[in-house]
Amino acid sequence: MARAATTADVFNAVAEPRRRELLDLLAAGERSVAELAQATGLVQPQVSKHLRVLREVGAVAVREEGRRRLYRAHGPALKPIHDWVAGYERLWSERFAALDDVLEELKERAGGDDR
Amino acid sequence: MTTTRSAQVTLPSETEVLIVRELDAPRELVWQAYTTPELVRRWWHARRGEVTSIEIDLRVGGRWRYAMTAARGGFEVAFHGEYRELAPNERIVSTEVYEGAPEHEALTTVTFAEADGRTRLEIRQRVASREVRDAILATGMEDGLQDALDLLEQTAGSVR
Repeated sequence: MARAATTADVFNAVAEPRRRELLDLLAAGERSVAELAQATGLVQPQVSKHLRVLREVGAVAVREEGRRRLYRAHGPALKPIHDWVAGYERLWSERFAALDDVLEELKERAGGDDR
Repeated sequence: MTTTRSAQVTLPSETEVLIVRELDAPRELVWQAYTTPELVRRWWHARRGEVTSIEIDLRVGGRWRYAMTAARGGFEVAFHGEYRELAPNERIVSTEVYEGAPEHEALTTVTFAEADGRTRLEIRQRVASREVRDAILATGMEDGLQDALDLLEQTAGSVR
């Protein structure tokens, strides 16, 4: 269980597809473990385990409401990864925009036929 | 014709980066643009500098090398690798090394999938460790390089 060394930062915490799924759900609003389990098809202990990893890196916050514990996404912790991915995305978007121009020309050259 | 559609970058696992973009052309043309040196020269720069060399020896075991001079800083940015698998109009598997950090080799799989005359291009980069992946992501951070370096330091510190 205690594998903290490999999950100690937000990049790794978010890299796991199931945890991203949970984050997506939590970004839409607060949920309990039971609700998350139902929405993802995971069993509750699995959900709890993933939530623990996300909480360790601050990506998820929790509050008590009566006997329920409600989880929510905590955006600021996700900012570093968001910024990095967004920067890389910009790089490739520029590249593809230039590729679009090349492709337009190839299409024209390919025969002047429509399309 | 839209030219502002952005690439989608996701992290399918801790050692992979996946880049996806749909292109408005049949895959034969995308393949051509992707594998012909004079054409690669015209898009690989990402508007961040001047391409100085594109070498493509398109056969399994053949080498490739792309180099450019960065507009900001004027230094050379170069990548090279070797083709491992080639399926014309479908798939390219190659190794990829950033010459600034030659100890880290990525394995890149590019997939060309066509539907209705459009091509979905997928570039999947697989590296040996999460640190390498994060360093790759940091290459897009020209506007916040210091932030990236700080983060890299933190990341490295938290791994050990």
